Amino acid sequence: MLQRILIIGGGVGGTIVANLLARSLRHQEAEITLIDSTGKHAYMPGWLYLPFNHLNAESDQLIRPERDLLNNHVHLVTGEVQKIDHENHQIHVGRGLGLNEVAGTDGANEAIYPYDYLVLATGARLELSDLPGLTEAQDKWHHFYSPEGSLQLREALSTFEGGRIVVTVGGIPYRCPPAPLEFTFLLDEWLRKHNLRQRTELHYLYPLPRVFPIESVAEVAAPLLEERGVLTTVFFNAEAVDTERKVISSMEGEEIPYDLLVIVPPHRGAKVIESSGLGDEQGWLPTDRATLEVKGREHIYALGDATDLPVSKSGSAAHFEAKVVAHRLIAEIHGELPKDGEASYDGEVMCFLETGQGKATQLVFDYEHPPRPPRPSRYYHMEKQLFNRAYWHLVPQGLV
Amino acid sequence: MSTDITINKEIDARGSFCPGPLMELIRGIKVLPVGGVLAVLSGDPGSAKDIPAWIQKAKHEYLGAFPEQGYTRFVVRKAH
Repeated sequence: MLQRILIIGGGVGGTIVANLLARSLRHQEAEITLIDSTGKHAYMPGWLYLPFNHLNAESDQLIRPERDLLNNHVHLVTGEVQKIDHENHQIHVGRGLGLNEVAGTDGANEAIYPYDYLVLATGARLELSDLPGLTEAQDKWHHFYSPEGSLQLREALSTFEGGRIVVTVGGIPYRCPPAPLEFTFLLDEWLRKHNLRQRTELHYLYPLPRVFPIESVAEVAAPLLEERGVLTTVFFNAEAVDTERKVISSMEGEEIPYDLLVIVPPHRGAKVIESSGLGDEQGWLPTDRATLEVKGREHIYALGDATDLPVSKSGSAAHFEAKVVAHRLIAEIHGELPKDGEASYDGEVMCFLETGQGKATQLVFDYEHPPRPPRPSRYYHMEKQLFNRAYWHLVPQGLV
Repeated sequence: MSTDITINKEIDARGSFCPGPLMELIRGIKVLPVGGVLAVLSGDPGSAKDIPAWIQKAKHEYLGAFPEQGYTRFVVRKAH
């Protein structure tokens, strides 16, 4: 019997799942549909480089049409998922952003898609209202978590003449845990290059008792920050921003002044996960850490940023999880038992951490093995730069 | 562990290196109502130092660490 598989979200995770399924399942076995609100695929790690003018926002290194990355056997629907009706196994899709119709549905403004299997790769959203002070004055603070935010920050840096820059995190969890640290290193490098470093006090604030979650990485990063004259304050969980007085305050009771504030905005799961009653208090999907099934729901899988798993919200985690979801679905549809080793997610993540001055280190870990980062070197920086380019040809297609 | 503590929410952070058990605890505290009790499961030996230190710094109430087979359950009450 033909099985209808619906995948919501055309990010790293959703795209890989769709392509792996399309390569392994015959037309008679499965109809694979991917629904995405924009129809475009963004390479989010590239946003980190935009404020420093290393990349162009319109560049095809940062954004490409989702259709170009999908196997021909995957149906792509561009539209906004308005409701996940998990009781009746169907999805309501409405007009996408700036679109007059739900693309792929012959002119309809609304469509209902029934499913036998559902894959939720709905990602994370930025929720500014979770940190008081952000919503009211969006032009008075900065971030690099969207192309628009990164370009606004680039603009602010282009007129910056010195002063106090604070870099911190606005909420937990946030995508890509190394990003604020990487940004700080790259900013230090940029300020030196523009002869502004001596006139700038750079202050890095972090929620934990050290500068990075992993102790071995913090031990590498902290001396580098000190060597480059970056002030650090730990145990700083942002509670409010006062853009008039230009101070940020913490849950721990501290206030830090700034002239330019760069803050990772608070994150939540997708709105539709909240409104469909599937998520927790922050909209993350309660997910089995090994099978990636949504807890208590039949035939629904979750992966990537959308889950509540205690792994980093990153393309890398989504990449490894996608293989597990695809393997389990293929086995289930073929009526086979999933193979050991391929059928469960072991917490695997592999990512780079830019340390500035043309160097980087690499983090590889899973649920059982902590990372042992090598000393920062030019080699890992080159590898990261290569990956930024090779991504488009290897990762979404599920070739690696 | 003692049976007179009612846990309102439990987060399984075993095997979490990044973001790690303390980050999971802070996340949990933020969305918990005041007076609520949160438990975090951690297999990371560093949690024995990190977790009580943050709870003290943030002025919440540390209810203790309860060893289990291969991991520890850290329990905290949100105080404000």
